[in-house]
Amino acid sequence: MPAVQLNDHVYWVGAVDADVREFHGYQVPYGTTYNAYLVLGEKIALIDSVKAPFTKVMMENIAQVIDPAKIDYIVSNHVEPDHSGALAAAVAAAPNAPVITTANGKKGLSVYYSPDWNYQVVKTGDTLSLGNYTLQFVATPMVHWPDNMVTYLQEDGILFSNDAFGQHQATVSRFADEVGAKTSLERARDYYANIVMPFGTQVNAALKALGGLTLNTIAPSHGVIWRTPDVISALLAKYADWANNRVRDDLAVIVFDTMWGSTEMLAHRLKDEFEAQGVEVRLIDLRENHISRAMDALLEAKYICVGSPTLNRSVMPSVAAFLCYLKGLAPKGRIGQAFGSHGWSGEATGYIEQMLTEAKFELREKLVCVYRP
Amino acid sequence: MEKYECTLCGYVYDPEAGDPDNGVAPGTAFADLPEDWVCPLCGAGKDAFEVA
Repeated sequence: MPAVQLNDHVYWVGAVDADVREFHGYQVPYGTTYNAYLVLGEKIALIDSVKAPFTKVMMENIAQVIDPAKIDYIVSNHVEPDHSGALAAAVAAAPNAPVITTANGKKGLSVYYSPDWNYQVVKTGDTLSLGNYTLQFVATPMVHWPDNMVTYLQEDGILFSNDAFGQHQATVSRFADEVGAKTSLERARDYYANIVMPFGTQVNAALKALGGLTLNTIAPSHGVIWRTPDVISALLAKYADWANNRVRDDLAVIVFDTMWGSTEMLAHRLKDEFEAQGVEVRLIDLRENHISRAMDALLEAKYICVGSPTLNRSVMPSVAAFLCYLKGLAPKGRIGQAFGSHGWSGEATGYIEQMLTEAKFELREKLVCVYRP
Repeated sequence: MEKYECTLCGYVYDPEAGDPDNGVAPGTAFADLPEDWVCPLCGAGKDAFEVA
């Protein structure tokens, strides 16, 4: 996909990865994009890059706009290789351009790539003049790595937010208003649930740090660019809801695997009980759904029920994987419930309760049956 | 003195080592860290720490 203009001096020069379906354990059914941006002031800045296999795509996109040797500054908001993978090519093309990053960014980039790059370390409040434009930096540690920062183009009110406000979707258009705001907000929710959920405290800190800035455009490092005021407001409000673990009392998620259908019957019994009380239920059958598909469903759910039959004195491996993933993503303020069928020993529900307790869930009484409900 | 772990990033505060880069002398107990001390790795506040 060729370079795309955000305005007469800001360009998207990233890459669309329509084929990717797996992202370090997170299933991404709609592919993704790696967004790099060029800001053409009297000085020229490249903001972030792309995953290494797309290096040529990015360099060609840059070359459509300017000679890459003319890049004056290379800004790296985040060390993770899906954004830093093509930095080396940019550095090679513009060897005199300093690499602007946080102290933790320098630490990471030095190990991944080279300790010898011309690093310029910045912190919150620092600015970089491009002559007629000014870039301002805000550190956003643990949203979602220690090195993360965001870059704000003051004159245009464009926030290059890196992974914050991103979504995994490989669309033809680069803008949320052209793709559909509703779908894009849903994809942002799925992204938050699978990537950002553990870091609510730090998201709040980041939102506070960004509070004084006028955000006309949010240009993340994955997915589409947000530029419609009401959608940006909705997105920011949603981030605040998620960061503060505001959950719906009328939403339950039931995640399960089953051997001979008994645990599935229990799942449906729970579903009927919830629905009788006016609680909406999302049922996630792990035979048909990857564990990461459950996270979007449960991001706003007060009740999370997890079911497994007892297999070889433990849980089904799919359920163990789900519980491991769930605990790591650390949703807070939830009520959990174990359920499952067994023939004789019945360890599964105890295992589930132990994991949910470690995840700091409050527990409802478990639901078990022998052979058949 | 107990070590404390940052629940966000996994950094471990070791009282024996302190946090000299940020003006905390070796031998400072976690409880005696200033209230505005933050995780030197990720910036989380003291309330994000648990006994390691």
